[in-house]
This record gives sequence, C-alpha cells and structure tokens, in this order.
Amino acid sequence: MDNILQVRDLAVDFTTDIGITKALNGVSFDVPRGQVTAIVGESGSGKSVTANCVMRLIQPPGRIVSGSIQFSPSQGSPFDIVSLADKDPRLHELRGGLISMVFQEPMTALSPVYTIGNQVAEAILCHRDVGKAVAWQEATEMLIRVGIEDIERRMFMYPFEFSGGMRQRVVIAMALVCNPEVLICDEPTTALDVTIQAEVLTLIRDLQHELGNSVLFITHDLGVVAQLADYVVVMYQGRVLEIGTVRQVLKTPMHPYTQGLLQAIPGLARAGERLATIESVVGDADITTPYPLVKLADGRQVSLPPQSTPGGQESE
Amino acid sequence: MRSYVVTRVLGMFPTLAFISLIVFIVIQLPPGDIVTSTLDRMQAQGVEVSAEQVQNLRAQYNLDEPMPIQYLRWAGGFITGDMGYSYLFARPVNELVWERLGFTLIITISALLFTWVVALPLGIYTAVRQYSIGDYVLTTIALIGLATPNFLLALILMYIGYEWFGISIGGLFSPEFQEVPWTWARLRDLLSHLWIPMVVVGLGGTAVTMRILRANLLDELNKPYVVTARAKGVRPIKLILKYPLRIAINPFISTLGLLLPTLISGEAIVSMVLNLPTTGPLLLQALLSQDMYLAGSFLMLLAVLTVVGMLISDLVLAWADPRIRYE
Repeated sequence: MDNILQVRDLAVDFTTDIGITKALNGVSFDVPRGQVTAIVGESGSGKSVTANCVMRLIQPPGRIVSGSIQFSPSQGSPFDIVSLADKDPRLHELRGGLISMVFQEPMTALSPVYTIGNQVAEAILCHRDVGKAVAWQEATEMLIRVGIEDIERRMFMYPFEFSGGMRQRVVIAMALVCNPEVLICDEPTTALDVTIQAEVLTLIRDLQHELGNSVLFITHDLGVVAQLADYVVVMYQGRVLEIGTVRQVLKTPMHPYTQGLLQAIPGLARAGERLATIESVVGDADITTPYPLVKLADGRQVSLPPQSTPGGQESE
Repeated sequence: MRSYVVTRVLGMFPTLAFISLIVFIVIQLPPGDIVTSTLDRMQAQGVEVSAEQVQNLRAQYNLDEPMPIQYLRWAGGFITGDMGYSYLFARPVNELVWERLGFTLIITISALLFTWVVALPLGIYTAVRQYSIGDYVLTTIALIGLATPNFLLALILMYIGYEWFGISIGGLFSPEFQEVPWTWARLRDLLSHLWIPMVVVGLGGTAVTMRILRANLLDELNKPYVVTARAKGVRPIKLILKYPLRIAINPFISTLGLLLPTLISGEAIVSMVLNLPTTGPLLLQALLSQDMYLAGSFLMLLAVLTVVGMLISDLVLAWADPRIRYE
C-alpha cells in the first residue's frame, strides 16, 4: 500500500521532577496517501504527542527517544522525520509546507497583535519565493475558500474580532494555503460548540476531497471518526491497541478497550440509563499489558494475547 | 481613538492644577522659609540681623504676601514659562534648570540605550536557553548587578580608575575642557568620560530589564500562537522576535512614561559621587535649603513629565497592541 507516513516504534519520554513519563511507548501505524486516518483515544493516550512528533514540535522536557517516521512526499526522496537535524532546511520546508497542522484552541492559536491577512500570508512567504502582494492575494483566495465573508475588510482585522468558528477557519486556511501533502488536525473541533463543529468538519472533509491531501485526524469523538475517517488507530496510554478500516473498528471491534469505547457513546436510544463506563481501566490485564500488534487476515491489526487472535501473524 | 486622545489630554489639566496646589502646600509645610534659613546661617557666623532687615528681606522676596497670592504668583509664572527666582543661587530658575538639563538628558538617554542594547539580547537568550549554563551565569551576574547600589559601583570604579590607571573619572569633562566652547575635541573628551556614568546609571536597570524580559518571555514562549507559528514554518529567530517578544515587551512600553520624570530627578547620588553637572543634585539642594521657587518648580516639572509620560506610554501601547486600541 502507498503510505505517505510510516510511523515505527515511536517512543517519547517526558522528564519531570517526579520521574520519566513514557508518553509514547512503541507506536507504529501508517497514514495511507490521500486518505483520512483518525487517531482516537482518551486524554493522555498520546494522540497529540504523536501528531506533534510528526511536526517535530516536541519541546523539552519532552524528547523523542527512539523510532522513526518515514515521510514519502509525492516528489523527492523519502526521509525520516525523526532523524532530521534541528538546523536541517528540510525541517522548515516540512513544517507548514509539506505537512501542516490545525490546532485544538482557535482562541489562542493566532497572535493577537497581527492581522489575519498578515498571519495567513506569512505561511506563504515562509515557503515560497513570492512577493508580498502575491502572498496577500493567495491568502485572500484561501480565506474565501474556507468561507470567510466580507474578505476585503476581514483581512485587516485582528483575531480577537473573530468568533471561535471563524478563527478555526482562519487556522485551517493558514494550514492549507501552501497546499501541504499531509494535514494534521489535532482535535480541531473540541473547543467549538456543536453547530460550529459540524460546519468545520464539513469544511475539512470537502477541502480534503477537493485537494486530495492525506489527513491525520486526532480526536476522542467516535461520531467524528464515523463521519470523516477511512482508517482508525486506537491509542491507549502511549500504545496502539487496534488499527483497521473505519468499518472494521467501529462495526466489529476486536479489542476490549475499543468495544468499551463504543459502548460508552451516549445515545438517545438508551436515554435514562446509566452511561457505560470502561471498567477497571487501571489493572485490567487486557488493556494494560502491552502485546505486540498482530496482523489479521482481513488486514486489521490488534494488540491482544497471541492465543486470542487465531490465524493472526505478528506484523513487522 | 481620537476622542480617547482628546479626553486624555484634557484630563491632564485639572490633574496638574491639583498637583501644583499640593506641591505648593508641601513646600510651605516645613517651618521657616529661605529667610529664616539664611538668618540661621548668618547668626551662626556671628552676624547680628535686625528685625527691620528681616522684614525688608521678606518684602524683597514677596514672602510677606498672603499664601494664596504667593501661590497664584508662582503657578501663574509657571504657566507662562517663568519658573521664578532661586534665592539660593540668586539666578532665575529657568537658567539653572536648562543649563543642567542637557547633560542630564545625555547621561540618562545614553544609560537607557546601554540598558536596552545589553538587556534585550541577554533577556532573550536567558529565556530561550532557560536553565542552560549561560542562563545561570548571566542570571548570577544580573542578580549581583541588581544588588549593587549605583553609587557604590561609582565609588569602586573611581577607586580602580585612580589606583590602577591613575586617571580621575569624575565629571563629564577633563579640566582643560571644563569651560570652553564646543569643539570636536571637547565632544571627544565628553564621550571619553561619558561611558562611566552610562554604565553606572544603566547597570541596575539592565539587570532589572533582563530579568523581567526573561520572565515575560518565558510566559509567552509556549503559548499556542507561538506553536502555530512554528508549525507554519517560521524560522527560529524570526519566530522569537515576531511572536513572543512582541507581547513580552508590552509591560516595558507601559513603564516607558515613568522614565520621563527620572530624566531630571534620577541618579542624584551617583551624580554627586561622580561630580556630574546634572539636575538631580540641584533638586536635592533646593529641597534642603527651602529654596521655594527652585524646589517647587522642580517638583512641578516632575509632575508634568510624569503626566505627559503616562500619556505617551498609553498612546504607544495603543499603537503597539490592537487589543488596547480597539477597546
């Protein structure tokens, strides 16, 4: 299969006063080209850390300990993102150029002292050798495309004059304006209210269809996964528990943790009942014992004891 | 924005009128006046002064008039640019202040430039490389600089200059250039003397500025908008300067106005130690000898500079930060 990103055995440590926290502990998954891959998991499962690794945005006290992220752009030779030196020009080309990111908090993701136009056009000026006028023009076009109206005036406005949903559109425009090959969305709708969430999700999906980029979508919302994703990676405590197509994972989850997650979705049909909880998250051997991912015949991968995965073979 | 400026400017006048009243009262508060302190001096020297002479002296200085008249005479003069007459120096206050203001400005502004040229890069460095060896070394030096009184540093430098290099580093000019008209040679002489007061006056401020900048910058460095900009591909140096630094210097802009009054009152002790012809020692002298017009006009000048300085601060801040401009 043609994968634009191949993450292998990624491990990240955070060194704090009370010791070392293993935020990622041997994470491996692929992001197929031109598809939407969702990473789901609860808070602290390492989904955002994974996304930040791809952008090389992990700052001290965090540190990538081992592993590799093989990036295969459509042009040029593949390279490992993890082993790029801090001063490597490819790193800055990558950030915002080949891979870009939409963040969780639109309220704080933009600098309050520069205009919208300035901040979006800057993304172009960072990566392409064009004049300010051209950059400004293309920024305007991109902002129109993400649905900002009254653009001539809004280009000169400041982020605090925008609503949360509009700011997130600006952040999306900023991420897409250089037409990146991979778009990483780190819980882009979590901070927005429900109607705006739907609008932003539709926007991301439409733009993905239109531009054909690969998307890595981080979320804890399985409803969003069902709407948007082609592939799903389930993470828990810095490890991958299950990987499969969206149909495989959501319809016939293999791993008990995934099954628990799906049962915990509140639905109208069960209104009035107690919500399901994931029992004994700590101490349940099924969840916390790290088993290697095993590849099954139908292509999905799951982290379960070998005896409970008949016909499976250990992947890579 | 325009109405904001207009209200701010109009609001300055009642403030200043009120301050002038307080200044006048404060100056009159200590018992006695310039005549009594002159008499004390003369009597200490054994000179007998008759009551009639005292009365004449009072009349000569208009000190026998009722207080409100004296106040109006002083305040009215101040508005028209006449700051009155110094009994102590027997010269108009205007002359006294202006002849010293130039040197005061040269020293204060060069010290300010020194502060920023040194503190800005060091503050950025210590924040970006927090807890590195360089950070610890610079922090230690800054804390020593912070804890050293300026005048002590001045004394130490004078001692070192005299003992080790055999030069006197007090004053702003060498003796041969003291009272001659401006020439290139005199300017060069000034510059060769200027660096001592510049460093002495600027060092404390440098340490403070560096520490505050470090703290402010550390607050901003990991804000989401900085991460967004980094993810956008902005190069590291431009990233720091354009994003977190721009926010981190706001507090300095708001204290910019407070610098104006220190232009004429600041560093009195250093000036006395280094024998600098600045306004600081003059103010001290005026207050000690109850030279009413000189002291009052000085205090009033300080008030005007404070109020104007705060206005400038607010306007610059509004210019620099759209969040304030748009409120």
